[in-house]
Amino acid sequence: MPTLHAFANPTRFLSIARPLTPVLLALGAALLLFGSWAGLTQTPPDYLQGETVRILYIHVPTAWLGMGGWTGIAVSSIVYLVWRHPLAAIAARAVALPGAVFAGLCLATGSIWGRPTWGTWWQWDGRLTSMLLLFFVYLAYLALSRADAERDGDGRIPALFGIAGTALLPIIRYSVIWWRTLHQGPSITLTKSSVDNSILWPLGFTLAGFSLLFVAIVLMRMRADLARIKVEARMRRMAAA
Amino acid sequence: MKPKHQRLTLVGLAVAAVLGASGLALSALQGEAAFFYAPSDVAKAAPPVDRAVRLGGMVAPGSIQRQPDGVTIAFTVTDGAAQVPVRFSGIAPDLFKENSGVVAEGRFRPDGSFVADNLLAKHDERYMPPEVAGKMHKSETLEP
Repeated sequence: MPTLHAFANPTRFLSIARPLTPVLLALGAALLLFGSWAGLTQTPPDYLQGETVRILYIHVPTAWLGMGGWTGIAVSSIVYLVWRHPLAAIAARAVALPGAVFAGLCLATGSIWGRPTWGTWWQWDGRLTSMLLLFFVYLAYLALSRADAERDGDGRIPALFGIAGTALLPIIRYSVIWWRTLHQGPSITLTKSSVDNSILWPLGFTLAGFSLLFVAIVLMRMRADLARIKVEARMRRMAAA
Repeated sequence: MKPKHQRLTLVGLAVAAVLGASGLALSALQGEAAFFYAPSDVAKAAPPVDRAVRLGGMVAPGSIQRQPDGVTIAFTVTDGAAQVPVRFSGIAPDLFKENSGVVAEGRFRPDGSFVADNLLAKHDERYMPPEVAGKMHKSETLEP
């Protein structure tokens, strides 16, 4: 796999990540601002929910990125376990915190939407409970990967945990189809959407905006982690000398 | 076999096992993870009387009746195959209306009816502006 190894070289990674970060930040912020403005002012209210529907422009991207973040942790963990490349472990660690924040935002915005729509802030239905579990699994992963790094572990245990946690993703996705839940079934699938186009279109902008910001945050965290490792290595050399 | 290929096989097996486990959990919990009883479950096997349970389904069209005391409403929950009569005293959520999803929290009575102490509106996956929804939403609301 020559191509993979070419990108996995930390020096080459930094030479790409450093100029890419501000571009992603600026583009992501612009898309998110435009999408939010359009979602707040340019779309009609829903026939049932009224203005409450507008929270979907935040709720749906945070839900997708909360789950997408764990997919990133799982893929990085697999790459780390199989090819033993340290950059993959750094990527998984970098994704965990923003992933947890997005999963938390998804729960918070869902709760705010649920109060006026369902008449409740929280119910222990299949979708809500499985998403809350993912949030806790993120917290557990953060604690585990930090403990592993502090004790100079080789990162194998967090990587295994990253793969095991993937079990939650299909449960979250299919909970509303296979189980009887309060949460509605999927509105948007790969092939069709039951959200009218006049309401749907700003979602593409906020989704792209949040995703670019997510990637930018992950790149920044990876660079910070690489710098920390470099400093620690230099300190060790100085102490030895 | 090179060690790398060995690790790749092991990780592949692990991923398959994890996804298989989640599929098994999804199907095994299908009965346990249900958020509410549907009227046809009730018709098949009567749920325990006087225990806090949830009943969910669609509010049958034309079934909402306000009682003279002003706070009690009676309606029928249906899933197309069976019906359960429900009584509720209190404030219904805004989205509670005929032909729309509802989840009632409460207890079954020995006569097979349901007394709710809380109503949740169940929203469906369709989102549309009022013009698209047309007149259907006006005619189906609880308000006259």
